[in-house]
Amino acid sequence: MDPGPGGAAAGGAGLLLPLSDTEQQRYSELFSLCCSPAPEGGSAPAPAAGGSKVGDLFRASQLPADTLHQITELCGAKRVGYFGPAQFYVALKLIAAAQSGLPVRIESIKSELPLPRFMALKNDIEMRYGNVAEIHGVKFQLPHPTLEKNSFKRSDEGDKKQETKSPPMSPMCSPPASPSNYQRIPLSYGYGKSRSGLEQPHGVSYEARHSTHQQDGPATGNYGSKSALVHSSLSRSLSVEREPQDSSNYPDDPWRITEEQREYYINQFKSLQPDLNSFISGSVAKNFFTKSKLPIPELSHIWELSDVDCDGALTLPEFCAAFHLIVARKNGYPLPDTLPETLLPDYLQQASFKPKRDCTLLDSYSESLPVSQQTRDFNRTEKTSVEEMPDKSALTQDANSDDNQALNISTTAKTIPKDFKPSQHLSVKTVVQESNTLKARPRSRSYSSTSIEDAMKKGEEPPMPPPRPQKSHSRASSLDLNKIFQQNTQAVKSGWLPPPPALPPRPFVSQTEQVSEMELHPQMNRAPSQTEESSPTRKEILLTQPPSKPIRRKFRSENQMLENQELTPTSSVTSSLPAVKPHLPAQKQSSKQKRAIQTAIRKNKEANAVLARLNSELQQQLKEVHKERIALETQLEQLRPVTVL
Amino acid sequence: MAVCIAVIAKENYPLYIRSIPTENELKFHYTVHTSLDVVDEKISAMGKALVDQRELYLGLLYPTEDYKVYGYVTNSKVKFVMVVDSSNTALRDNEIRSMFRKLHNSYTDVMCNPFYNPGDCIHSRAFDNMVTSMMMQVC
Repeated sequence: MDPGPGGAAAGGAGLLLPLSDTEQQRYSELFSLCCSPAPEGGSAPAPAAGGSKVGDLFRASQLPADTLHQITELCGAKRVGYFGPAQFYVALKLIAAAQSGLPVRIESIKSELPLPRFMALKNDIEMRYGNVAEIHGVKFQLPHPTLEKNSFKRSDEGDKKQETKSPPMSPMCSPPASPSNYQRIPLSYGYGKSRSGLEQPHGVSYEARHSTHQQDGPATGNYGSKSALVHSSLSRSLSVEREPQDSSNYPDDPWRITEEQREYYINQFKSLQPDLNSFISGSVAKNFFTKSKLPIPELSHIWELSDVDCDGALTLPEFCAAFHLIVARKNGYPLPDTLPETLLPDYLQQASFKPKRDCTLLDSYSESLPVSQQTRDFNRTEKTSVEEMPDKSALTQDANSDDNQALNISTTAKTIPKDFKPSQHLSVKTVVQESNTLKARPRSRSYSSTSIEDAMKKGEEPPMPPPRPQKSHSRASSLDLNKIFQQNTQAVKSGWLPPPPALPPRPFVSQTEQVSEMELHPQMNRAPSQTEESSPTRKEILLTQPPSKPIRRKFRSENQMLENQELTPTSSVTSSLPAVKPHLPAQKQSSKQKRAIQTAIRKNKEANAVLARLNSELQQQLKEVHKERIALETQLEQLRPVTVL
Repeated sequence: MAVCIAVIAKENYPLYIRSIPTENELKFHYTVHTSLDVVDEKISAMGKALVDQRELYLGLLYPTEDYKVYGYVTNSKVKFVMVVDSSNTALRDNEIRSMFRKLHNSYTDVMCNPFYNPGDCIHSRAFDNMVTSMMMQVC
């Protein structure tokens, strides 16, 4: 923009108003925004221009109404009758002064240059955005974020303008999309370049998209339909699979997650937890969200809102909701007291995860998942659903039976947790099978099924109703494991669970061993054939189980916790990279898996040791009980000759 | 229906305490504090019994002329103490049990929050809402 306005401001208002370059540029942009169709001659002549837009802008500065009145008076708009450039600039400066707490006076503008105060505002916002950027490991200079706060709710006429404007100041930094993306936040500021920048990085660097999405997040959160046009065009330009009507249907709702935001959240989720259908454990999520530099009580509240099933872990929709809340909070939105409807996991699932629902059913049993995760882009859902089709039939039955046994889940359409449970069940049960086969032999050694959940699942397996300690096998350990690991339940009477079945079919040993080993991977199982073979046995066992619901719930929650613990090694490994790299190289993946396997092995060994110790203790108790029994029996015998005669 | 609800940590310091008639708060704090002795007595009375065999609900700890004090202890030695108005004779034991169960569930939900460090005071809004719902009925 020309320096004319600066001089004009000085002349028109009768003030000598020194404007710095940045201020000039910013003001001129704001001004051009306010007078959308008209040139910088004046804002009044244009219909539906100056007055309302300026009023919007001023109101968006979040100053009280009387202050704004004062400002308009002072800047001379009332006198002149319209907001010319001079008046506008004076008004802006007055706003800055008022925001910094100075009285609204001409003198306050003249005396000390409000520059530092404006800069403070700008820096504050810069910092906020910088933090949000840092979360995702992308650092880029934010060109002029200040006005974001000033004109929080911009009308969308500015959107049309941005195509035509060339950015006066957009220090382009590393990702080419960042300026474009940043253009979109102060959408109405006419930071032109947006389109071109955005259209390019479609397949480009991930970080570019990151910044795009990250800024899109707050932007779209803030501007709702005011950026609907932008979004529709953006989505058209960026992806074919997007649903442009998504954004245009929902005006003015900061709690709705747009497609770009969702994609971004999904990618973030993947960086923490490659399996989209699994959980992010609490600690991992905590570390991740703490990077957003929000205060801990707020984060705690956000967690409460978004963890709907209160299991200490976040599924994908829960994670998206939490992320969205954090983004909104960082943009100044107050946190709601209850989760908005549009952020509920059900809603998010229905809205976005329908195409992926097929693949969620087949989570841990698809070999394609790890591969497809690597190259995941918008076509992911189609790919995985196609590849997982063959497995679906084998596993739906398991899923159904598991659903029958599952407890009443509070939210109705929680397919993802449900699907996770079947997968857990199945993964656990294969390991349990292995343990069963081992127990078939008379030694009561530690089970090669080395995780705690197996032992607990073992307790659930057996079909015998009367809970008696079994004569044929020393099942004591399974019983007492229930005692030991039973934490917060009042199902005290369930102390003695029936022991597992006597002879699980032998031929499955080899399969289950292999399968269980695979399943010990926190990653997906690579052998669908093996799983398919073992699934019939699992089905048998599942069908013969007597449902004992309270215990199962406890077990499941512990399973989930343990699964989460198992997953945390990988997730902690992956979460150590805050910068999200979209295409993890395959070697990294396999090495990570190795590490994950090793940690899993270690954990299982520890669990093994614990179980062995338990076993010995329980053996002791058993001996004592036996002694008592013998004593009682001898007493009985002594008494009997008297009665029987 | 409760007049005062308190969550006491294992080391016998309060994690959360809230009472309805706020002017008499100190009296309720004192009552809860003295009831901790009774709770400990009941726990130790179990003797060598294993943890799970012990009932989580402790029942009426002691009655005074104005109110009754009920106790509940979890397996991790976190105690819930509830002071109920004596004039509220309609309250049955089962109802008290269910209230404690709700408390326990909310407490576990608070625990599930990774941003909550065990041992901190409980600031969760959901927990507050639940406790308020339990106490509001008195008014």
